[in-house]
Formats: sequence, structure tokens, C-alpha cells
Amino acid sequence: MPYRIGVLALQGDFKEHIQCLNQLKVYTEEIRTPEQVKKLDGLIIPGGESTTISKLIKIFNFEKVIYDHALEKKALWGTCAGMIILAKTLTEINPKPLGLLDIKVSRNWYGRQIDSFEKDINIVGLNKPFRAVFIRAPVIQKVGKNVRILGEENGYPIAVRSDNILATSFHPELTGDLRIHDMFVNMIDEKYIKK
Amino acid sequence: MSTKEKITNKIKPKAENTNWGNIKNKPDNGDWRSKSGLAQMLKGGVIMDVVDSEQAKIAEDAGAVSVMALERVPSDIRKDGGVARMSDPDLIEGILNSVSIPVMAKARIGHFAEAQILQSMGVDYCDESEVLTPADNSFHINKWDFKMPFVCGATNLGEALRRIGEGAAMIRTKGEAGTGDIVQAVTHAREVIGHIKKIQNMPEEQLMTEAKNIGAPYELILEIHKTGELPVVNFAAGGVATPADAALLMQIGVQGIFVGSGIFKSEDPRKMADAIVKATTHYNDPDQLVNISKGLGSAMPGIESNKIDDDEKLAARGW
Repeated sequence: MPYRIGVLALQGDFKEHIQCLNQLKVYTEEIRTPEQVKKLDGLIIPGGESTTISKLIKIFNFEKVIYDHALEKKALWGTCAGMIILAKTLTEINPKPLGLLDIKVSRNWYGRQIDSFEKDINIVGLNKPFRAVFIRAPVIQKVGKNVRILGEENGYPIAVRSDNILATSFHPELTGDLRIHDMFVNMIDEKYIKK
Repeated sequence: MSTKEKITNKIKPKAENTNWGNIKNKPDNGDWRSKSGLAQMLKGGVIMDVVDSEQAKIAEDAGAVSVMALERVPSDIRKDGGVARMSDPDLIEGILNSVSIPVMAKARIGHFAEAQILQSMGVDYCDESEVLTPADNSFHINKWDFKMPFVCGATNLGEALRRIGEGAAMIRTKGEAGTGDIVQAVTHAREVIGHIKKIQNMPEEQLMTEAKNIGAPYELILEIHKTGELPVVNFAAGGVATPADAALLMQIGVQGIFVGSGIFKSEDPRKMADAIVKATTHYNDPDQLVNISKGLGSAMPGIESNKIDDDEKLAARGW
């Protein structure tokens, strides 16, 4: 059976993720209601404003279905705002993250928009550097012991994986380089091979 | 050097930084990608006009993706008259320090010194806005000169593409600010979106003439013909007063909403802000919109935009 991947479409650049996955010929849908999440093999929380997305997750009752999705060891990926939302703790008070991934995150680490930048980053599992776009990006301050660091920028982790959960503080959906999307699709493969 | 050569020299290296060239062959276009990329992150969201840090906090708590700092909300500018300028840097700094979401601020059309001040303060996005009194009767700001990205207003596709040609990384259709009347916002959004479809379907030999007729850069017309969309994010502004207004514009095809006076001139700004945010997410779901629209108190008092004299229309500013 083909996989079903969904991108949380409450706010942010969900269309860009969908375009990337469509190029990989993976069926992908916009997720607007909690019921849709239950049918998925993989879920992406896209870039956007973490305070906004986090608030909408709560108001429209997505918390439980996302927890369940993670507990069933289904693939989950957060980019930028998505990473903030998946984190266990933040250095800031707001928003309250879901606490699914054992990392501590600092929002807007690099400063304001004029400090946004692009850089080639080496990512574990990719043979050539990945052009990473950092837009008011967060960094990871601390990782738990089951979290594997996949990439670093200036000494701070900016791409990590823990079992079925992937997080990147940059935006692979903006560059047209599909290798990290491919990595995510492979994570779903792994789950079925393990079974 | 002839004038023509000067122009090509000036435009050429900078146009290479844009994403309508072949992005894959140009790894060093980070500036453009992060400028237009921030606008991508705002999609499906609401940007709210605020005049001080207290209002900014309310907007952030309601789920705004960004706040727009300005001296007075448009309906007050309309009422009070006089020259409307960039806000006091003190107020903007207060707003920058009070919220964690991106902060936009308005500069007058053509007033690059105001824009320089905003950039220097660390403002995340500059709105070169017709809501303020224009500072230059002939020229808009050369937005390529800035690291800070710009959003600009447009009433039609030609205007939108001229602004993008000058370096705007985001467009908002103008509507008629400060009226609470949605008709102009709808007109401008339909005008831009409809025209894009028209160009997409034009035979190639007509494209140069179309570029000439609407006064738009030819390269951008070619790009739109190919992709069927603007090369930057397009929001709607000017007249949004209810959740249903936001849903209407989103269904017409804009990617997000600016609300000016609609929030803080309504009876209960917290509730209205919250409801417009929700409606912008679930714009396509009438059942949700029923609940979202209930019990909000009265919307801002409106002015019918067709009854405003032409020379008082803010949308006519800019060219």
C-alpha cells in the first residue's frame, strides 16, 4: 500500500513541503483536521510562526493525535517552527512545546530577520553538503541521550533524529534539494521493514 | 557609458539574486531566498496593525504571525488627516522588545531614509506603504539596496511586478485601508489573481506587448507565464473587519491577511483578533466559520469606500 504523508496545514509553508514530496512521487495531503492525522504514516510540521501554529494545534485539538502518532512510532518531522513545537523544552516561556523530542531549543537564536542566512551544512547520511536556509532560525542547546545529531552549525546542533522523529532548524522545503525529504520517506520504510 | 548601459549594469547583477533566474545554478542567492522565504513562513497567517507594545502583545497572544508597527491605525489617519509618517523609533523598539514574532514597520513611499532607520533598528520587514503620506512623487525605494526585506502594496498586476522589480520580497493587494469595507480588497485581489491566469494562458508572442501595456518587467511576465503565480507571496489588505472577510479573500486566492483598524477599532479586540486568525486557517470550512464568527461584539464602524472622494483614496497613492 502506498504511504500517506500529511503536512500540518494550520499556518506556514506547508505547500512547499507538499511540492517536494510530490516530486518524490509520494502521496501527500494538507492536514486541516485531527481525524486526518490518524490515517497517516508520516506527518510534517512545517515552517511558520511557532507561536501561531502552537496555538492553533491546541485550539483545534491536534495535541492528542500528534502524541498518538509519535507513540505509535510513526514518522514525524518538524522544520524550524515545527522543530520548536516538537521540542521537550524551550529557553523561552512561549510557546509551550509538545515535548515529543528530547531537545532544548532556543528560538530566533541568530537574531532578527537581517541576520537570516544560507550555509552549506554537512548532514550525516548525505554524501554532499546541504544548502541550508536559516530564517529567524532556532538552534538546539541540549540533546537527550537517545537523540542523534545529524548536523551542526557553529557548534550547535541544527538537525537531529531520535528514532521516528526528525527535526531541522532550517528549511529543506525552500531549496529544491530533496535529499532530506527523501531521508524522511526512508524513515517510514524502516518502520515497515522492522515489522 | 550610455544611459542604456548604465541601466543594464545596474539591474543585471541584482536580478541574478532573485529566484526567477535558475535557482539551482546560483548557490549565492541567500539574501533573496531568506527575504522572500520569511514571507513564505507567514503564509496562512494574519499580520495585525499595532501602535504600541501593549497592542503588539495582544496580537501575539491571539496568534498573529507578525505585527505591523505604525503611528496611527489607518482609520485614525483617515479621520485626523495631516501627514502620516514612520512611527517614533521609541515605540517601534518597544514593540521589537515585547514580542517574539517578526515585527514589520511602515515607511513612507520613496522615503529610503525612514527605511534605513527601520533596518538599523532591526525591523524584520518594511512596508513601503500608501497608508502613510508619500515622500516622493516619482520614485519608490530601491529595495535591492537593503538587507531588510520589503512588502509593498499593489492594486493591479503591473504595479505588483514593478514593486517586485524594485526588490519587494512580498506583495499585498491594497484594498482601501481604514474603511472596514472589503470591496476594494476583493477588487484588487481579483484583479491581480485574474490577470496572472490571463498571462499564463497567453500565446508567447503577446507577452512583450503585455509587459509594455501594463508597465511590468518583461522577465517577470515570462516567469508568470511559466509558473502561473507571482514570484513572491501575496497577502490581502485594506478593509478586513470580520472573520468572514478574511475567509473570502483567502478563498479568492491570497496567501494571508493584513488587518489594520479591523482589530483595535472593534468592540473586543482580543476576540476579534483571535477569530480572524482562526478564520484564516479554516477559510474553506463554513461549519468552523459559524463558530468562529459567533459572539464577537461589533466590528469596526465602517465607511463605504465608493463614497470616498477619489483624491482621498489611499489606494491611489503609489504607481
